[in-house]
Amino acid sequence: MAVILTEAEAKALLQKVLKYSKADECEVNLLGETRGNIRYARNEVSTSGALTNVNLQVQSAYGKKVGVATIDELDDASIEKVVRRSEELAQLAPENPEYVGVLEPQQYVKSSGYFDSTANITPATRADAVEKSLKLSRDQNLVAAGFLEDRKGYNAMMNSKGLFAYYLDSNVNFSLTVRTPDGTGSGYVAKGYSDVNKLDTAAATRIAIQKSVGSVGAKALEPGKYTVILEPTAGVVLLENLYFDMDARSADEGRSSMSKPGGKTKLGEKIVDERVTFYSDPQHPDLPAAAWSGDGQAQKKLFWVEKGVVKNLAYSRFWAKEKGVKPVPFPNNMIMEGGTATLEDMIKSTKRGILVTKLWYIRSVDPQTLLQTGLTRDGTFYIEDGKIKHPIKNFRFNESPIIMLNNLETLGKPERVVSTESNQNYIVPPMKIREFTFSSLSDAV
Amino acid sequence: MKRRDFIQLSGMGFGAMMLPNIPIIGNSVSQEALLDGGIDVALKKRLADAALNAAKAKGATYTDIRIGRYLNQFVVTREDKVQNIVNTESYGVGVRVIANGCWGFAAVVDAKTEADTAKAAEEAVAIAKANSKLLKEPVQLAPQKGFGEVSWKAPIKKNAFEVPIKEKVDLLLSVNDAALKNGANYVNSVLFMVNEQKYFASTDGSYIDQDIHRIWPIAAVTAIDPKTGKFETRQALSAPVGMGYEYLQVNPSDKVTGITTRYNKGYDMLEDVTAAAQQAKAKLTAKSVEAGKYDLILDPSHLWLTIHESVGHPLELDRVLGYEANFAGTSFATLDKWQSKNFNYGSKQVNLFADKTQVGSLGAVGWDDEGVQTKRWDLVKDGTLVNYQAIRDQAHIIGEKESHGCCYADSWSSVQFQRMANVSLAPGKTPLSVEEMIKDVKKGIYIIGDGSFSIDQQRYNFQFGGQLFYEIKDGKIEGMLKDVAYQSNTQEFWNSCTQICDERDYRLGGSFFDGKGQPSQSSAVSHGSSTTRFNGVNVINTARKI
Repeated sequence: MAVILTEAEAKALLQKVLKYSKADECEVNLLGETRGNIRYARNEVSTSGALTNVNLQVQSAYGKKVGVATIDELDDASIEKVVRRSEELAQLAPENPEYVGVLEPQQYVKSSGYFDSTANITPATRADAVEKSLKLSRDQNLVAAGFLEDRKGYNAMMNSKGLFAYYLDSNVNFSLTVRTPDGTGSGYVAKGYSDVNKLDTAAATRIAIQKSVGSVGAKALEPGKYTVILEPTAGVVLLENLYFDMDARSADEGRSSMSKPGGKTKLGEKIVDERVTFYSDPQHPDLPAAAWSGDGQAQKKLFWVEKGVVKNLAYSRFWAKEKGVKPVPFPNNMIMEGGTATLEDMIKSTKRGILVTKLWYIRSVDPQTLLQTGLTRDGTFYIEDGKIKHPIKNFRFNESPIIMLNNLETLGKPERVVSTESNQNYIVPPMKIREFTFSSLSDAV
Repeated sequence: MKRRDFIQLSGMGFGAMMLPNIPIIGNSVSQEALLDGGIDVALKKRLADAALNAAKAKGATYTDIRIGRYLNQFVVTREDKVQNIVNTESYGVGVRVIANGCWGFAAVVDAKTEADTAKAAEEAVAIAKANSKLLKEPVQLAPQKGFGEVSWKAPIKKNAFEVPIKEKVDLLLSVNDAALKNGANYVNSVLFMVNEQKYFASTDGSYIDQDIHRIWPIAAVTAIDPKTGKFETRQALSAPVGMGYEYLQVNPSDKVTGITTRYNKGYDMLEDVTAAAQQAKAKLTAKSVEAGKYDLILDPSHLWLTIHESVGHPLELDRVLGYEANFAGTSFATLDKWQSKNFNYGSKQVNLFADKTQVGSLGAVGWDDEGVQTKRWDLVKDGTLVNYQAIRDQAHIIGEKESHGCCYADSWSSVQFQRMANVSLAPGKTPLSVEEMIKDVKKGIYIIGDGSFSIDQQRYNFQFGGQLFYEIKDGKIEGMLKDVAYQSNTQEFWNSCTQICDERDYRLGGSFFDGKGQPSQSSAVSHGSSTTRFNGVNVINTARKI
């Protein structure tokens, strides 16, 4: 059987799985994917690999006793075996008081993140893409280390109430670090697309080269509070921690940045500058995503923060029932709105500030305030009177995305970026922020 | 440690990122399947020989095969609820070859016939030959003698998979109940158990069968002040260990008494989580630290993570050479510093060693994943950098004739590469207790448990938090502090080390999830130390208002 099933093939297979079910309720998730990658370092290809993955997951329930079993073979005997095993596990399981049953059939909007171009990538096209990149760094006597990874696959689900969902997508992520041979300069670039035709590894490599060469001879600035311009690759790793915190249950329980004293939450409150709006949208043309969540709930365009006000928090079906509200699934993508300013415009309008191109090793310091720590990396520059003056040594920062978005000066034109922490793709604008807290210097290049 | 690339176990509802995400590896199976021994060793040898012969016939000059069966069990609870019980199994075969001087690797799931393993071997040779066109320098593999048919089994006393689920659930629910009765508003607890059954064979003439066990009891307690809306957490002081279920059966001799009880080779989960609830509540009214320079007294339950990030990683030879430049980074500990023979990594008291043999540690195995017998070796001797961690294809770069034996792959489907050995700080040579150490401190902070952690890509600048902070004034512990994090530079920090308690206080900490590589692989590693003093370290206050 093919690894990637069409919608009709997936539906037929899932119907077959459900026919074996004897439990009160049954929910089946199916996925098939192929991944390929090529890795290089010290200007040489170091490893390359391919992975094929097929997985069928069956969840059976007797009352509130739930069992889950998975298998990677799809012949009739294997299917029957996995259904029986999930039923046995369910019968042995203690009751799960948070089990709310399977969902009725839902209506989904159309979304598509599948591109033949990406699906048809071969080891040869991967090698060609990398060769273009390697040539540029070799020719300039710079040292490149990079990684190109692509995926095509589908997810499908069906349950005993007749709900069916299917999503096919593809994506490619490319990242590259270019260093000077003496180790005094380093530049980075990361690009993520659904359609590989948009990926230009040579153009991306030129960005990393420019930052690598431009970061040689960095001078030390005193740590302290500075106006910063965060390129999207830098800003996204801080924003992501705010996105992860948009959960109603932990807010209601009083243990997140969305909590308020007395068991209340910040839903409906203004928490950041009124120019801040972010939303999820499975139909976004530049960041398509599945129109359904893992348990089959419909994903639609939904505002999480609009004009600085918290509009929605994610409610699991269990928590929504407890609170008497409608469930809101955790989003499959996130888009932050911006302005029209280019990065150059933002630099031009800065009297004194720092251009941050990448942040690294982001960790939570205080979940109450969402305070994060981490460092700048691979190209940090001092701006004076609207111009980049010189590269500077890297800083450690301690900053909260909530405080940062209250100290907003300007938002630029949003673009699709890859988070260097989670590998997720987002749409994020460059941001100019005042009073960003750098707490110490680092010697790292 | 790694944070990315884990699939969140569905329905865990941890909130507030207080517990690590748990990866689902392989297929979920029954409890009984965790106890069946997998395929017979005679069949494994036949599968291995088929691969070794097939690769040789296609022109490989070296071949190794790993036949791996990886078993995991998770029991996940919060307050009075069992959220999830998951058993997983992953079985397959990975074959690595050298052909035309170049590495090639191929893996196959569920390989149970000689035809399956031979096919994987042929694929690996084809990949090696294809990649060899891009090669400038052929692989130089340090020689390794064959060991024949040998085996190694972790010296556990009780296989955790033999313990009934009910007993595990009862333990966690009683722990949760104690936390709630002692002031916690919320409590999450987890038992995470691992068994790696690995068979390695190579054209050097080794057939090595190994059985590795690990266990990690995890808990996090939250206390909330309803008036102010402030919350504090305290995580368990347990360590992930290379032990069986005996880790949870405590002897009084495994306890380290003091300002709070800490644990050595046995962990009293009920006692620790009870204390965690009381301490999380006490943190709500603790004094917020005044930023400045302090002498730090670091407990082994905290110091393991500082050792991991500031010694373990920078002394990995592949990072030093630039192979990890695009993700984890490179290293400040460059070859010229090592060659100089006088790079003072730390003060004279500082002796740091790598080790793959310590009983009960996460890294302990008989042989590594390329058939090298494991050992202990020095990294920093009397404060001076003396060595790195290197595997067979790197040994020649540092003038050594044999590998250090620290090659590892996290699955049959991943290619093995250099991974961190247990890297530990040797205990002080003169008798010294924690109480004696604290007696001399004028202005200090005593830190217990690991917390927030971050370090730059060359391992100079770091910042660490913790679980419990106690203010020391004029040789006495005054009371609890909060909002504490310390920042330093690796070389400066290890040179500020003035005292190390003796071996009576030596304990292991560790992680199941050390991340490295693209695609990222995870490795389990322990770090030992005794309580250690560092003078004049910069402490910041992390409190903010939003």
